[in-house]
Amino acid sequence: MKIADKNTKAVDLVREALEKAKEFEQYHCFISMNEARALERAREIDEKIAKGEKVGRLAGVPYALKDNYLSREGVTTAAARMLDNFPSPITATAVAKLEAEGAIMIGRTNLDAYAHGSSTENSYFGPTHNAHDMERVAGGSSGGSAVATALGIVQFALGSDTGGSIRQPASYNGVWGVKPTYGTVSRYGVVAMASSTDTMGCFAKTAEDVDLVMSIMAGKDPKDSTTIDDFWNRELEDAKPKKKKIGLIKDFLGGGVDAEVVKAIRDYADKMKKAGFEIEEVEMPIMKYGLAIYYIVQPAEVASNLSRYDGVRYGHRAAEITDLDSVYSNTRDEGFMPENKRRIMIGNFVLSSGFFDAYYLKAQKARTLLINAYNEAFEKYDALLCAVAPAPAFKLGEKINDPLQMYMEDMMSVLPSLAGLPAISAPFTKSKGGLPIGVQLIGPRKSDQVLLNIAKTVEEVK
Amino acid sequence: MAITREDVLHLAELSNLRLSEDQIEPLIKDLDNIVGYISQLDELDTEGVEPTYQCFDMKNVWREDTIEEFEANREDLLNLTVESEDNQIKVPKVL
Repeated sequence: MKIADKNTKAVDLVREALEKAKEFEQYHCFISMNEARALERAREIDEKIAKGEKVGRLAGVPYALKDNYLSREGVTTAAARMLDNFPSPITATAVAKLEAEGAIMIGRTNLDAYAHGSSTENSYFGPTHNAHDMERVAGGSSGGSAVATALGIVQFALGSDTGGSIRQPASYNGVWGVKPTYGTVSRYGVVAMASSTDTMGCFAKTAEDVDLVMSIMAGKDPKDSTTIDDFWNRELEDAKPKKKKIGLIKDFLGGGVDAEVVKAIRDYADKMKKAGFEIEEVEMPIMKYGLAIYYIVQPAEVASNLSRYDGVRYGHRAAEITDLDSVYSNTRDEGFMPENKRRIMIGNFVLSSGFFDAYYLKAQKARTLLINAYNEAFEKYDALLCAVAPAPAFKLGEKINDPLQMYMEDMMSVLPSLAGLPAISAPFTKSKGGLPIGVQLIGPRKSDQVLLNIAKTVEEVK
Repeated sequence: MAITREDVLHLAELSNLRLSEDQIEPLIKDLDNIVGYISQLDELDTEGVEPTYQCFDMKNVWREDTIEEFEANREDLLNLTVESEDNQIKVPKVL
């Protein structure tokens, strides 16, 4: 990480980032820029350095913020018309912690509206383009943050990951992405999606950089009662795995996963062997039900969380209204994207009387079986290995009209989310067509740094 | 089960969504596909299994019931609404 000091001016770091953002404007990473305020903050940091005052661990480091984090610096849209003019009245805890260490937000990045999607095409403001191929998707929902990092506009970017929204775009653009253990980073001040799996994480180009950013964001927050005590407190090199044994999930080495991706995962397993790990194929039959469990649990929580958008207290209000009911229903029709509506309706379907037991309750029981399978596996292994997504980045428009096909993107990433486990997406190789393919490592709760340590060790093998 | 037009209209009502006619047809097909897919959980034996609603072991996280400074003031919050009067949010007549 390039940090401001006596020789490197924060103003120069920020200017450089802003210039690059302009240079790569056609990728549409950003929804809004924070230029004036970012430069002002950089000057403040430079002054402190000149005076010999103490500055933070991320002094003058420009970063990009997924536009579902609130910050009093400007408007948070969640890439939805519903919030297209929403001046954030508060600042997310994660943002406040980074800024206290001197990090400087240069702009807010594009996402699928309300983080519903796997391509960043569901944005009210239009899609983001893949950093390696303009005709392909960025992945999603944190597509803008992944691409801004991959293009080198910023040194790190924040994302949120409910079922793969950091890991999949990280894999699609060839950068590191961390979805931490549930409860690691406060969700206070982030637009809620599915509260039982929402996690806050980041993108960067090296394991050390994601580790540094996560170590700053992690920790208990009285404003989010699900946060856990700070465990992100070791040096990365000290977070060594104990068993040196990795489980390769066999259920994802065939059907539904692209042959080129399967080969990449096998190559990675070979590289792990060279790094001194023992690799064992492990069958986990419950895994193939993960997507069905997730697309019951998550829409149910989405339906509940999005019921607050009613056009009354904040956000968009439809112009055409006759009575109070029409304020709600017309506003929600105009303010939500089609994918938001589908998820709300599926959520209300699985929660409605007559279907609750067959869908919602059934899924939560299946979730227990999934967690049990993980617990059993982690008695033997430090981590489990599988792909992040079934194929490299697809073409823009290819899946947008088939929601179920789009959901299939998430078949491997939703699993650790449902169990509250940490999972990382580490860059590994490229397809024949030159598209990045990452790998996913999943570990027991609070093993986040161990996963990064493993992936870093493997990366260093020649 | 197959999702019908009536189901979509009912779900739209539960969801407080006014849907124009052109949105209804595609929703019948999309929701039917999705429900068909998630129905595969029927195959799974979950007899006697306890559900998991939260995957962490905390319960009843308490805090003191004290008034704290909030970074946004009343004016900030009222500014977020479309219409307000005398420190109150205005909506159309209910009755």
